[in-house]
Amino acid sequence: MNNYLNKTYIILDRELKGYFRTPLASIFLLVFLALSSGMTFFLGRFFERDQADLTAFFSWHPWLFLVLMPAIGMRLWAEERRSGTIELLITLPVTNTQLVVGKFLASWIFTLIALILTMPIWITVNYLGEPDNHVILISYFGSWLMAGAFLALTSCLSALTKNQVIAFIISSISGFVLIMAGFNLVLSAVRSWSPNWITETISSMSFLSHFSRIQMGVFDLSTLVFFISMIILCLWINVQLVQVKKAD
Amino acid sequence: MSDKLINATNLKKSFDQFIAVDDIDLSVSRGEVVGFLGPNGAGKSTTMKMLTGFLEPDNGEIFINNINLKSDPLKAKEYIGYLPEGAPSYSDMIVEDFLSFIGKMRGLNNNSLSNRLEEMANQINLKEMWNRPIETLSKGFKRRVGIAQALIHDPDILILDEPTDGLDPNQKHEMRNLIKRISTNKAIVISTHILEEVEAVCSRAVIIANGKLLANDTPKNLENKFLNKNTVSIKVSSKINNVISKEIKSLLKYDDVKIQKTDISTHTILVSDNQKNPNLNTVLKQINKLKLDVIEANFQKVSLEEIFRTITSDNNSK
Repeated sequence: MNNYLNKTYIILDRELKGYFRTPLASIFLLVFLALSSGMTFFLGRFFERDQADLTAFFSWHPWLFLVLMPAIGMRLWAEERRSGTIELLITLPVTNTQLVVGKFLASWIFTLIALILTMPIWITVNYLGEPDNHVILISYFGSWLMAGAFLALTSCLSALTKNQVIAFIISSISGFVLIMAGFNLVLSAVRSWSPNWITETISSMSFLSHFSRIQMGVFDLSTLVFFISMIILCLWINVQLVQVKKAD
Repeated sequence: MSDKLINATNLKKSFDQFIAVDDIDLSVSRGEVVGFLGPNGAGKSTTMKMLTGFLEPDNGEIFINNINLKSDPLKAKEYIGYLPEGAPSYSDMIVEDFLSFIGKMRGLNNNSLSNRLEEMANQINLKEMWNRPIETLSKGFKRRVGIAQALIHDPDILILDEPTDGLDPNQKHEMRNLIKRISTNKAIVISTHILEEVEAVCSRAVIIANGKLLANDTPKNLENKFLNKNTVSIKVSSKINNVISKEIKSLLKYDDVKIQKTDISTHTILVSDNQKNPNLNTVLKQINKLKLDVIEANFQKVSLEEIFRTITSDNNSK
């Protein structure tokens, strides 16, 4: 068990340091910080709202992640397949599950670093008023969990292709579908012709419906189970895809 | 228990309709260096990918140090060092970090890892490039890094897919010396289509084409099998008419005597035999009896290249 975790950690370590070996990490962090604060202050009207909360900050995260998570995760497997290093990895004494989990965790931790760097906005809102810090903490956790689901989806889809751009596009489109599933526009279109349970199922698959509950400070078990099982399912498919597509 | 470090039987692998490897058996013992020869697309790389556990064979079994690769792949892979075709590596990493990553994944602890890293730096001459990103290295150094990652855990089995491809003659020479140096206590498989490489380092040559194993023997035995290709060639400036030609053939007691017109004034007499090497002295003595004007005489030993061409073209024509 110890050895199993150790190898997963070695993969994670290499991947995480990999982000910082190139300008990718700093560019990503800058873009993430600029976009998240830009959206909060300009689109979310943080000051005009005159409320001591971070709704204006968190409500844009699903849309931000829709583009930024595929940008982080697109290289995870596509690059290994393009450069041929997948052959090195798979012939090491390590399971595909260890490889997939190690790589995914590295990207998830990188996202955590990005989220931690947005903390000044939390400090600001505490300086300006008296926000419900409990809700903010839950929202941060929820945001990270949702980012994990986006990343797992991207990691899985990046195993389908050797081309990072294709991996980016298909991940963004799939993420868009998962966000839109919660929109009234989509749901009412489905509701008109399908039984209620189908509408409910589609709605329950939506990142947006789960995340908006979290933003209100409601963190129920179903949301946790949803995001975690989404991650596990995507990673499981990822392991199978690596096995099937490795030699293509 | 078998002393064969690699023992593969009835290996078969197809990709859709294309049969890449067709019923190949291969075993390699400690101390052996097996040269895996074949034209491009013969199935060399596919076979190696199966031996290293990258691809699963459709049929057949592979035992690595008596461990079934299919049932216990993690244990079996520990014994193998592998240089894939093109020596892929993480180009953004520096040499030391890359080798240390592979070493850790191979289960080396901190102590043995630092010892092995030092050995690799010295043995494979990587010292001067040690802290350079791999993407900035020349092809020769990238190949060395590839060899170093395959050797980092001092494996019993080394599988090298075209280790000298793209290297200059000096680098090739160095690589061959390195392989020779480390070959004493390992089982090594090298794929190549450079025949001099097999002659230089291999104790056994395995020739495959169209996925089929066509020959599996020592270079010496392969040469003996093609004794009839060893030829004494005598160039004469005299005119050879039918009568002289018949006389030559009756004087020379060998299976095959050919007389070819080389140009307007010269002829070449080619002598070979299915059972033994033709003797240059004997042939010359006989020719002298006919008072022919000899301008050139030599014994041409069959080259591995000729053997390779004969075997693989025979297979193609079938």
